[in-house]
Amino acid sequence: MSIPRDFNLLLSNLSIDKVGVEERVARFQTRSIKNEAKHQGLKMVLNMIDLTTLEGKDTPGKVRQMCYKAHHLHDTHSGIPSVAAVCVYPTMVGIAKEALKNTSVKVASVSTAFPAGQSSMEVKLTDTRLAVDRGADEIDMVISRGKFLAGEYAFVFDEIAAIKEACGPARLKVILETGELSTLDNVRKASEIAILAGADFIKTSTGKIQPAATMQVTYTMLMAIKDHYDKTGLMVGMKPAGGISTSKLALHNLVMVKEILGSAWLSNEWFRFGASSLANDVLMQLLKLESGRYQSSDYFTID
Amino acid sequence: MAKKKESPQGTEWNYSPSPESTTHVKLEKRYALFINNEWVAPSSKAYFPTLNPANETVISEIAWANDKDVDKAVRAARKAYQEVWSKLSGAERGKYLFRIARMMQEKSRELAVIESMDCGKPIRESRDIDIPLACNHFFYYAGWADKLEYAFPTKNPKPLGVAGQIIPWNFPLLMAAWKIAPALAAGNTVVLKPAETTSLTALKLAEIIKESGLPPGVVNIVTGHGDTGAAIVNHPDIDKIAFTGSTNVGKIIQRSVAGTHKKTTLELGGKSANIIFDDAPIDQAVEGIVNGIFFNQGHVCCAGSRLFVQENVAEEVIRKLKHRMESLYVGDPLDKNTDIGAINSKEQLDTINRYIKIGIEEGAEIHQSQCAIPSQGFFCRPTLFIGVSQSHTIAQEEIFGPVLSIQTFRTVDEVIQKANNTPYGLAAGVWTDKGSRIFNLTTQLKAGVVWANTYNKFDPVSPFGGYKESGFGREGGLHGLGAYLKLS
Repeated sequence: MSIPRDFNLLLSNLSIDKVGVEERVARFQTRSIKNEAKHQGLKMVLNMIDLTTLEGKDTPGKVRQMCYKAHHLHDTHSGIPSVAAVCVYPTMVGIAKEALKNTSVKVASVSTAFPAGQSSMEVKLTDTRLAVDRGADEIDMVISRGKFLAGEYAFVFDEIAAIKEACGPARLKVILETGELSTLDNVRKASEIAILAGADFIKTSTGKIQPAATMQVTYTMLMAIKDHYDKTGLMVGMKPAGGISTSKLALHNLVMVKEILGSAWLSNEWFRFGASSLANDVLMQLLKLESGRYQSSDYFTID
Repeated sequence: MAKKKESPQGTEWNYSPSPESTTHVKLEKRYALFINNEWVAPSSKAYFPTLNPANETVISEIAWANDKDVDKAVRAARKAYQEVWSKLSGAERGKYLFRIARMMQEKSRELAVIESMDCGKPIRESRDIDIPLACNHFFYYAGWADKLEYAFPTKNPKPLGVAGQIIPWNFPLLMAAWKIAPALAAGNTVVLKPAETTSLTALKLAEIIKESGLPPGVVNIVTGHGDTGAAIVNHPDIDKIAFTGSTNVGKIIQRSVAGTHKKTTLELGGKSANIIFDDAPIDQAVEGIVNGIFFNQGHVCCAGSRLFVQENVAEEVIRKLKHRMESLYVGDPLDKNTDIGAINSKEQLDTINRYIKIGIEEGAEIHQSQCAIPSQGFFCRPTLFIGVSQSHTIAQEEIFGPVLSIQTFRTVDEVIQKANNTPYGLAAGVWTDKGSRIFNLTTQLKAGVVWANTYNKFDPVSPFGGYKESGFGREGGLHGLGAYLKLS
């Protein structure tokens, strides 16, 4: 299938030089975040986490435990925020919703035959409606990478637009699975398609494929968001997911958001980390800042 | 389509000060001249202060060498050349150079901090670029010392004798390394004069050289002002003059050495073109523009100070450039988050401000970043001039500061013509996705260095030098080694 001429014209066709991106990213990594800036940054990171469990062996018990952790990150210490959301499979949405009622923590559900997305449109729509009906506040869909790599951009666009419609009031995060897109030029193109098709957030990865949220990929997606904002005045959110497990890497991601998009994006309304083990590392660093000593990991709960 | 944001306001998040510690730095109150591996008081008895340009405080006092002092240094160098250094095997010379390189690496943190204090450049650059690159030049030329016959086969390479070397204030230690390492590897001895505002790292290098056990007189460092430099240039017993600095001084030197036996290399000013085509990776090109003109406060002879943007992407490039400039932090050179440090001297700041005034008077549209700058010290905001013509003064003369003049162009032929239409010819940058276009431009641009899809990249292996009023001779690589040898 050839790309409809008018549709291709909507894309910027901006070329991306990987070597240049690597240099730019290295420069963000030289930013030194100390003292008050580190304290504030770490708390911000905690508040932007989508605490995630996406396993075949997930059970209601596991999900309930994680939900409790989501708003009781470290009760022995005051002033610790809750995470932004929990992220689960559609079948667990009801359990999570119940466990998190009367809290500010949102429930996100993956959908569209996550993680491969290899199913029919009908199944993907049903999958999405199931999650929304059970109360999901946010839907994390996957794009059809096979279709994208085959050049069927219009198909990818239409699919995202259809899922967006099925989401109703739920906010839509579109997972590009950048580890399967192979080039930054593709990441840029997929970002633009997702944004134009109605994504509220664009997200790097499912967490099932490596590499996931590298800073190069996140940088490329942030630039796409910035260009869209400059053109239209409309904000789109960003969610790097997979591979961000240390405080330092999380802070460097925030540095990129601050310097590319500005302070307006520094809230969990517009920026999220998809992570399962990041929270405890951030807690450990945060407490170290206050006490001057590192605590053993046994003093931080896993769920 | 995503909604315009209604709820949370986002978060103001500012970086806390993150200054590099200075407690490990050892500096003398006063520095004498380094001759014959001894610290020798100047016969002039004169000293001058060296300032930290970021806060205008005096860091140390530096000896001001006169003719007699320079003569003493040249005699020491001649003696060392005749009696020791020219008789040593290449392998032995190489050992000394390797040792100096390793010692510089060991002291790299101290050298970086001193460089930033004395010169005004941000610690990010002195730590990540200047000092490592200076070490690499020593390592690189150390490796050639015992392979000269292989470097120049059938050319019977022989050293020249005593080299007089005069270096600028923009990359003090790096320029010292560019000069000393190839000279020594080739078997010469040297008398080096650092710039008057930035003598300290050269003097720290003298300490390292002394500690390394390099034979006395092989490297002599005489500090001072222009008259000290003139004494080196005019000394009859010097065989080679290597100068990096302004075109004006280069011309004076060229006149002085005319009719003498002295070999000369001059690395002078520039007004280099950075050319952005419409198919370029725009965001990376914007970064290249920033690295081209704001690196080291624009105190770079090969700075990409003339930007040529293809007209159909000019608006986008300028918009993105303006946005990028807002995330450049100007301030304390020792803060790890500083992107642009202090202008090296009051004199240079006045020069830059004079050109900014000229640019406004000539009718170009000025844009400066909104960042706060310290009230004390010599600072200049990153500055753009938009709508500049080829005939504007700011497009013709070297400003040597963070000031970029932007012109637009329509065709490849037009931009080649305009890029070459300058008395200078040091460097150029080309940004395009087309490989064939890159090669077309590299063959037609009259510049010593042409970077493709990058800018201001340096490596000891790569020769560097200019055309026309940007000087002659090459430094770096084998070319740089050849400049210190007699070749048959």
